[in-house]
Amino acid sequence: MNQSELQTRAASVEFRSVSKRYGTEVTAVDNVSLHIEAGELVTLLGPSGCGKTTTLRMIAGLEMASAGQILIGGRDVTQLPATDRDVSMVFQSYALFPHMTVLENVCYGLQASGKSKKASVERAEYGLDLIGLKGYGSRLPSELSGGQQQRVAVARALVLEPQVLLFDEPLSNLDAKLRRQVRDDIREIQQRLQLTVVYVTHDQEEALAVSDRIIVMKNAMIAQVGTPRELYEQPASEFVADFIGEANIIDAEISDVTDGVATVHVGNFILSLDARGLSAGRAKVAVRPNRIILQSGDEADGRSMPGVIDKATYVGDRIEYKVRTGSGVLFCTSEATDHQWQGDAEVRVRFDDNGPVLLENRA
Amino acid sequence: MLVTSADVQSGTRAGRVVMLWLLIGFAGYFLAPWYILEDGFFSFEWLDGYPFDTDYAPAAFLISQGEKIWLAPLILPLLLPLFVLKRQSSRLFSTLLIVAGASGLFYLFAQGFSIGIRGFNAQWMATLFGDLGDRQFGFGYGAVLLSATFLFYLTTGIASRGYINGDIFVVGAIGFIIAIVAIFIFFPIAQMLSSALRDNDGVYSVSVFISKFSENKIWGLGCLTENRGCGVAWNSLFLAVIVGAATTLLGLVFALVATRSGFRYGNWLRALTVLPIITPPFVIGLAIILLFGLSGSVTQWVAGVLDLQPTRWVYGLPGIMIAQMLSFTPIAFLVLIGVVEGVSPSMEEASQTLRASRWYTFKTVTFPLIRPGLANAFLLGFIESMADFGNPLVLGGNYDVLSTEIFFAIVGAQNDQGRAAVLAIVLLMFTLTAFYAQRRWLGRKSYITKTGKGDGGSHTLMPKRILWPCYTIATVWVVFTVTVYSMIIYGGFVETWGLNHTLTFKHYITTFAVGYNEFGIHFKGAAWDSFFTTLKIAAAAAPLTAMVGLITAYLLVRQQFHGKNWFEFGTMLSFAIPGTVVGVSYILAFNVPPLELTGTGIILIISFVFRNMPVGVRAGIASMSQLDKSLDEASLTLGASTWRTFRKVILPLMRPAILAALVFSFVRAMTAISAVIFLVSAEYNMATSYIIGRVENNDYGIAIAYSTVLIFTMLTAIVLFQLLVGRNQTSRPFAQSRTNVG
Repeated sequence: MNQSELQTRAASVEFRSVSKRYGTEVTAVDNVSLHIEAGELVTLLGPSGCGKTTTLRMIAGLEMASAGQILIGGRDVTQLPATDRDVSMVFQSYALFPHMTVLENVCYGLQASGKSKKASVERAEYGLDLIGLKGYGSRLPSELSGGQQQRVAVARALVLEPQVLLFDEPLSNLDAKLRRQVRDDIREIQQRLQLTVVYVTHDQEEALAVSDRIIVMKNAMIAQVGTPRELYEQPASEFVADFIGEANIIDAEISDVTDGVATVHVGNFILSLDARGLSAGRAKVAVRPNRIILQSGDEADGRSMPGVIDKATYVGDRIEYKVRTGSGVLFCTSEATDHQWQGDAEVRVRFDDNGPVLLENRA
Repeated sequence: MLVTSADVQSGTRAGRVVMLWLLIGFAGYFLAPWYILEDGFFSFEWLDGYPFDTDYAPAAFLISQGEKIWLAPLILPLLLPLFVLKRQSSRLFSTLLIVAGASGLFYLFAQGFSIGIRGFNAQWMATLFGDLGDRQFGFGYGAVLLSATFLFYLTTGIASRGYINGDIFVVGAIGFIIAIVAIFIFFPIAQMLSSALRDNDGVYSVSVFISKFSENKIWGLGCLTENRGCGVAWNSLFLAVIVGAATTLLGLVFALVATRSGFRYGNWLRALTVLPIITPPFVIGLAIILLFGLSGSVTQWVAGVLDLQPTRWVYGLPGIMIAQMLSFTPIAFLVLIGVVEGVSPSMEEASQTLRASRWYTFKTVTFPLIRPGLANAFLLGFIESMADFGNPLVLGGNYDVLSTEIFFAIVGAQNDQGRAAVLAIVLLMFTLTAFYAQRRWLGRKSYITKTGKGDGGSHTLMPKRILWPCYTIATVWVVFTVTVYSMIIYGGFVETWGLNHTLTFKHYITTFAVGYNEFGIHFKGAAWDSFFTTLKIAAAAAPLTAMVGLITAYLLVRQQFHGKNWFEFGTMLSFAIPGTVVGVSYILAFNVPPLELTGTGIILIISFVFRNMPVGVRAGIASMSQLDKSLDEASLTLGASTWRTFRKVILPLMRPAILAALVFSFVRAMTAISAVIFLVSAEYNMATSYIIGRVENNDYGIAIAYSTVLIFTMLTAIVLFQLLVGRNQTSRPFAQSRTNVG
């Protein structure tokens, strides 16, 4: 094997009841336990102030946990400072050293860890090649575009073959078109090298696109963990349903649960849904806007309810409707852009078969 | 406990640090001369007799000859860490390091303070141990190296306990700064307090202190009731309040003209702010004498026109006031231009779109927003005036102020150190109160409204009813300032001011003549000696000031630790300690072993380092705050230690700030007078004290010629610096100059 080729030393990350408090007042991360497998790309997703960046920085060793244990590759690193952890990070601002050339930037960590100059340069050039910036080594960071700087930052972190690679909102300084490109590049490298990557973002679309699993955080705690599909299709709470994509939250009543299937009354019709551990009583149902079907006609069939178009907005690839129904105003989208109902038109509202889902948390 | 590879790694790092300091301590104990060398290190006279001559011998050689046996126990804490070097991850390692460091430091200083040039310093020790029959002088290089070793044993031990993530460099830096601030700021002040508490026989007595403190000469109110002078404290206070208010007002006028008048050359006004940096503090006083003194041009002219007898009216309160206003207005300007510019134009534009007139906007939006800045400028002017030594010395007449009284208490016939200490305490009380007020009361209340996000729009112009008075005052003051500085240049070429106005190079020839003799160039002029000493001392102090300032700034901006507020307060404190107080306290503290520094060049260097430290710190903070913190973090996550990060990332990026701190402390060391005048010696005479000596002999021509040369030297330094680093980067560090006291 080529000596300079990067090898994977990916390791798992585990939090055991980790908290981070500042002073006595502020709790940034509250009793969080999580497990990230080796070779997995996990996203920490949440609104600003939810504790996702603090969690990431605790993995890096830039913040020290106030309580709990942090393990990387099964080893307790709770007390280790960043310098001594085998973790590298790609910063939101890239944090390329402006007084060093691209090559010197990429060599920096290699030399800090005691590699010879020659070996460092060889490895760094391989790293630059890997991210497609061969021949840019003698430039200064200021002479590169934002996307190129970003890739240098990735190379700088990659060449150390870290046990865990961290990304702190890596795309937020790039323009929209470049984002998709860089996002795919990161995912591609991660899968090729089988890296353990922890990725912080507040952009749900970005999270859905790159992740093996997503950890949604809210108010310093974990709201839900799951694959992108699980989170989108089976949100556990109103918060997750609303934060990832858009959702209509509708009051419902569970009349009966049999064999894990709940009979749910929503407005004037009855649905059979996965009970998700709930028992009879008041509940809430989430329905994605694209899972609501609008039809013309007025015959009652027990599977639909009557509605009146409140507002219709044409946004190019779809039409967005607000519909007044007996269960409140629903937001739905239709990709059938050829036909558009006008305000006050009477419609029938029906849920797609896999549309409605009971929320585990009643609150 | 789980021992991981990373533990071992940080363990070896601690081990290497300990080994390094052990070697340094070893050199201090076995190689370097233990006691202070009378002729200085670089005379190399000590090589004659080294290592056996007891004056030059290292501690180990002293002991082997049966001398200074009390130094023998120091070997124990020095070598103690050797026992645990192989067991670095154990708790014993850190414990032993802490014990070795702390006990070593304690014993080293305890023996130093106990045994002086007359044997035991305290009577009870002589009684207890019997007469020593031996004595010792101040710490030399050996002792200094060994104390550094003990200090870093201690900090490394604390770091190994996990303090600040077990970061050896950061804990060491904190320990180092605390140690030097304690020794060179707090210890002298404490010595001064204790000497104020003692009577002339050295016995502590509160009643003596109270009687000295409440003396009529300090607090008397004779000027109100009878036709006598008031106490010096009141004089100083009165002067400082007037000067503070006047400079604030003038500074505001200039700031408004520069930013809000549409005056196109407003930026030229900023050049004014360089003046106080390059002007030795008493030079303005000299120019005032040339203009308004008994034989001054204006006095003579007015007397001629009005047919009056010329008087000495300018000596005393009026003279000091004018001189201080000239000296300190640029400082207030510098503060207020930042404040006035800091008011976001969009605030004023918002006000105007709400149908407010310009005057109404100024009254209700602009002025309230700059009010805290005004208070800040006032307090700075107050402190500057209180601490000013040069101008009152030259112009004081019968109007005594604290700073000069302190000087005369020490230097004059009275030579009463106790009285000087009491006066210094009174002065310190005033400046510390103002300093405290400035920090606690104003420090947090900043209305600077700039957000950093492209705040479009330009500043609204001033309403006419303010604009014209501002123009008038500013013009008059600029003309006055220009006149004063022209007098300084012109005065150096005049035979004898007031009597014989023929132009001559005489003064320059006396001071700076250069000739040739058989050895080559021969610096014949009388001033060359002090000029070169000044350059040398200033050049030595500059890098140290920059280093101490930047390390402190790094700790304050980038690190979190307990007691950081106190740390900051301690490092900024020397800003509020007037130079005369520093001078007195240094004389009291460093005249006797173990820290015997008076008469050396080192004490001058040290006084400059600590007097200018706040400037270095502020310049460092200003430029470090602009460095994205993620640069440090990136370096750390790439596996570099904090020390490597500091060296490879922070220092290179701070190059402009470092250069600024270097030039600035160099220039300030050249203009300093207040502390210097207490600390100069025949061997180390500084330019400023030489000039003051000429002034006291009424040799105004020479004094002025020399001052002119100094001003141009410093101007050259600054201009070179500007060319080197570029305009934008320098404006900020130099803006920090306002934090200093004359």
